Amino acid sequence: MPDGQALRRRAEEALKRKGAFGRDYDLDEFEPGSSEGDTYETLEDITPEQKQTMMNVGVLPSAEERSGSLVYVDNAVVHQSSADQGMELLPTLDAMERYDWLSDYSWRAVPVDKDKYTARAYLEGANGYFIRVKAGRKVEFPVQTCMMIDTEKRTQHTHNIIIVEEGASLDIITGCATSSHANESLHLGMSEIYVLDGGSLSFSMIHNWGEKTGVRPRTGVELGKEASFVNNYVIMKPAGSVQSYPTCQLNGEGAAAKFNSIAISHPGSEIDLGSQVIMNAPHSAAEILSRSITLGGEMIARGRLVGNAPDIRAHLECRSLIMSEEGRTLAIPELEAMYPDVEMTHEAAVGKIAREQVEYLMARGLDEDEAVGMIVRGFLEGSIRGLPESLRQEIDDAVSMANLGN
Amino acid sequence: MLRIEDLHVEVDGREVLSGVDLEVPAGHTCVLFGPNGSGKSTLLHTIMGFGQYEVTKGRILFLGRDVTHLPIHERARMGMGIMLQRPPNIVGLRLNDLVVAAGDGHLDTEETAKALNMDRFLERDINVGFSGGEIKRSELLQLSMQEPCFFLLDEPESGVDMESIDLVGRKIHSMLYDKKGCGWEKGDRSKSALVITHTGKVLDYIDADCAYVIRGGRIMCSGRPRDILRDIQERGYGECIKCRMVKL
Repeated sequence: MPDGQALRRRAEEALKRKGAFGRDYDLDEFEPGSSEGDTYETLEDITPEQKQTMMNVGVLPSAEERSGSLVYVDNAVVHQSSADQGMELLPTLDAMERYDWLSDYSWRAVPVDKDKYTARAYLEGANGYFIRVKAGRKVEFPVQTCMMIDTEKRTQHTHNIIIVEEGASLDIITGCATSSHANESLHLGMSEIYVLDGGSLSFSMIHNWGEKTGVRPRTGVELGKEASFVNNYVIMKPAGSVQSYPTCQLNGEGAAAKFNSIAISHPGSEIDLGSQVIMNAPHSAAEILSRSITLGGEMIARGRLVGNAPDIRAHLECRSLIMSEEGRTLAIPELEAMYPDVEMTHEAAVGKIAREQVEYLMARGLDEDEAVGMIVRGFLEGSIRGLPESLRQEIDDAVSMANLGN
Repeated sequence: MLRIEDLHVEVDGREVLSGVDLEVPAGHTCVLFGPNGSGKSTLLHTIMGFGQYEVTKGRILFLGRDVTHLPIHERARMGMGIMLQRPPNIVGLRLNDLVVAAGDGHLDTEETAKALNMDRFLERDINVGFSGGEIKRSELLQLSMQEPCFFLLDEPESGVDMESIDLVGRKIHSMLYDKKGCGWEKGDRSKSALVITHTGKVLDYIDADCAYVIRGGRIMCSGRPRDILRDIQERGYGECIKCRMVKL
């Protein structure tokens, strides 16, 4: 465990270190967003405008069928509530104060000196959410969290730590959004996820950023024996520059991870999404599925699978539709194996919708827009089984709104 | 119902149909015979309006309206329905979604699918990994929900095992003899159809009224379906056409 002094030194040294991918941001151009804010007893008390922003990313003000909620505006936790005895949900800084042992987890899956964004979040003393599900507890309803930027030209930095203990299970739905007051801001979201032996976690994210918002999340995941993790990343709305590349370490035998990303890149957007899974234990399995569309923006789909142990299985699949003369799509699938007894595959396909498919549906009475919409909806969500309903809704709405048949 | 006049069609700049004249009266079923590459499927696809087929001359009249340049979905909404021989795969799109979209909501999807042994396939991606027989049944399921008044069937019996042929044949029969009115009746039948068949097997299930033989992009002869089929079986297309030509 590195002491605070050492972490600080490492962070300071990394403050000028550019990210591995994506456009570089000069952090000096952004003031840190405020860490003070009104707090609300219930989500219904939150301002109508903020409520709307939340609802647009699948966070329910009623908190109905939710096991807990936490809302983070700029850099302040404005609401937290938990309705499950077997689970703790509290601001990360409070949790760090309460539990000495938490320093074993803090800044472990995401190194503090990875790049300037992690360094900045650390040095600003980022708060965020801490979720711990106690051993054996199967949390019935999802926990919802919302990360909202409400002030222009600010950085939002969060440090989230999720621990799912032995045999426990949890679903999280996170909505990330800018309100109408913020556009040219920067989101630096650090998430460290630990699923211990036999635990399972499903983590779903919906995004609604401003057209100039910069988004630089850094996510690290560690899985124990027989642990499972599903990550669903959905971004359907215009955004400035999003660059995300979580790293997942499968450390326990039989661990399994699945990364699904579903994205639309609108004109002017740079969407660079990827993930890497490093299989360090025998019989672990990983799958990376990416479905993306460019409507004129830049779309990069990365995926990297590393077989660091024998008898592992891994599959990577990137499919991208190009629906505009403008824009660019780049698929970068990588497989790396250190042992002969591995089964690792990848497919990548980039192209436009086949005319034959559209006409087939038209012969059943659908007009061209309806036919294209149906094919696109199937392309984006159909191949990914078990998407939560709110994500499915987000995709349906986006396909309807984008008027993709034109 | 359908009248085709001097139809010329090009595919990628090459003429495939060179002056087709053909008629399917309301309430009639006509079959279309012809050797491989004679233009049978091209004719059906052109009637449906698929974009790859460019009409350079002539016209297609459907229900008295010139539909030669009408978009596909408008023809479908006028009551035209096609069963394709090789429909495309659509990854991610569940058969159920298309079947529901094809219907107007009054038929029960599950029931209709069950009758075709296709209920297990409703959650599957359309045509992905389907066998020959499953593709036929999937097409028939879509058509059952769509309930057209005029059917274009492209070799409904090809690639189907013996057991499925019976199911497919009986289903086609029940669709064609469905009493749901199309505004005209011929005996006990209100639907019309143009059916491509290689083997004539489908004739065991439908009471066809007329037959055409197409070759080299032209209708070479027409007549009673059983007579023409017998000629083809006994003497092959070349002889059959020659002999019919003489008779004409």
